[in-house]
Amino acid sequence: MAKKIHLPAGEDAIRSLHCGDIVEISGVMVTGRDNVHKYLIENDDEMAHRLLKDTFIYHCGPVVKQNDKGEWSFVAAGPTTSIREEPYQGKVFERYGLRAAIGKGGMGPKTLAACEQLGAVYLHAIGGLAVLLARSVKRVLDVHWLEEFGTPEAMWVIEVEDFPAIVTMDSHGKSLHAEILEKSRAQYEMLLKK
Amino acid sequence: MANQMELKDALVELIRRASTHLPPDQMAALRRAADSEPKESMAQQTFEMMIANAEAAATSSTPTCQDTGTLLFYVDYGPEFRQRELREAIEAAAREATRRSYLRPNAVDSRSGKNSGDNTGIGAPYIHFEEEEKPGLRVRLMLKGGGSENVGRQYTVPDSEIGAGRDLDGVRKCIIDAVFKAQGYGCAPGIIGVGIGGDRMSSFLASKESLFRKVDDTNPDPELAKLEEQLTAECNTLGIGPMGFGGSTSVLGVKLNFRHRVPASFFVSISYMCWANRKATLLYRNGTAEFEQ
Repeated sequence: MAKKIHLPAGEDAIRSLHCGDIVEISGVMVTGRDNVHKYLIENDDEMAHRLLKDTFIYHCGPVVKQNDKGEWSFVAAGPTTSIREEPYQGKVFERYGLRAAIGKGGMGPKTLAACEQLGAVYLHAIGGLAVLLARSVKRVLDVHWLEEFGTPEAMWVIEVEDFPAIVTMDSHGKSLHAEILEKSRAQYEMLLKK
Repeated sequence: MANQMELKDALVELIRRASTHLPPDQMAALRRAADSEPKESMAQQTFEMMIANAEAAATSSTPTCQDTGTLLFYVDYGPEFRQRELREAIEAAAREATRRSYLRPNAVDSRSGKNSGDNTGIGAPYIHFEEEEKPGLRVRLMLKGGGSENVGRQYTVPDSEIGAGRDLDGVRKCIIDAVFKAQGYGCAPGIIGVGIGGDRMSSFLASKESLFRKVDDTNPDPELAKLEEQLTAECNTLGIGPMGFGGSTSVLGVKLNFRHRVPASFFVSISYMCWANRKATLLYRNGTAEFEQ
């Protein structure tokens, strides 16, 4: 049974999540990937403080469409590989009060430590699930840095409903990715010796 | 089914098919993988969602994955065609397909970071030309996502770190190493395209070319066929599973391809294709277009 999360979400709601929990997210969140993370670290952006507090950032570069009235919609919107944000993610959580990153592939020890310290989580959306995930994006409310960063790298402000994801790194120091890596390592070493 | 079409329109349709329809062999491989995992496991549910997504993409004619990737065109052309005209038609088709949201704008200027907005730019789309004696045109298109491309690797054997020597067992070790290091990052389960030998460039080209093969085909070389089968089985004992969630399917296939090499060099080049294995072929002759997947 999926746990429902409504954004904005406070520390208590996030601390109640554990690795392996399936969640459905509703509310307003933002997208952001390489350029956005770099920008957020190099600048202390006032608008970003307002937008990011107690919400989630989705590592996603969508395929979008604009209608005659100038309104945007998401056509395809699966997650991108999160590990590229490992140098930035913990600091972005801390500075802007974000409660989760959503992406794919998992993140490393720095982000896991930040999750534990600040009360944040990493959520895994399924890579390539572009059409199903785009359907849970109900509205595009705004977009920032579209001109400078381009469509995939811009920060899109989106309203989602029952957006599905899996907790793979929780705020209690547990990472499913680290577990799978360690399990596969033993087999890997055996195969190399063969 | 054959249709009368302008070349540019046929190329737009080729891009649409590749982006929105997974090939039947890939769908069948995902189905087999779903059925092989324990019921209600995270792996089984993940495969079911992948299949549902691919079906939804095909029905609604929207991209299977938002990363519509690098456009890799392999073009075999007869004497009635000219490379420059083919290039222009492909570029025009890429622009049109981007305008119709079959493609995400994916060509970024590496100096300024500016996205060209239409999938064209220096070296984009990538086109590999081969001239043929017989008339007609065959265009094979692969959409290669960035996440899976990032986990590709090139080894120079001998490689003492992984104990890989200059033989097929050394090649085997390189592949195991690459799949282990890729974990779920390349959107597992992957199809592993391998170039053995060549120079650095032709070796990667060979690895990409092998990804045009059907997922469940057999290598015509019996020794390589045996190694492909062994490697698929071995990689699947790593327990990485779909998206790295754990499970018994970490790769869907291993495809080996080789080139002659200079005595001094022995490269093993690995291209990882994600589960959204997007490919399509256009056969074009006398204004008539046929599509295959």
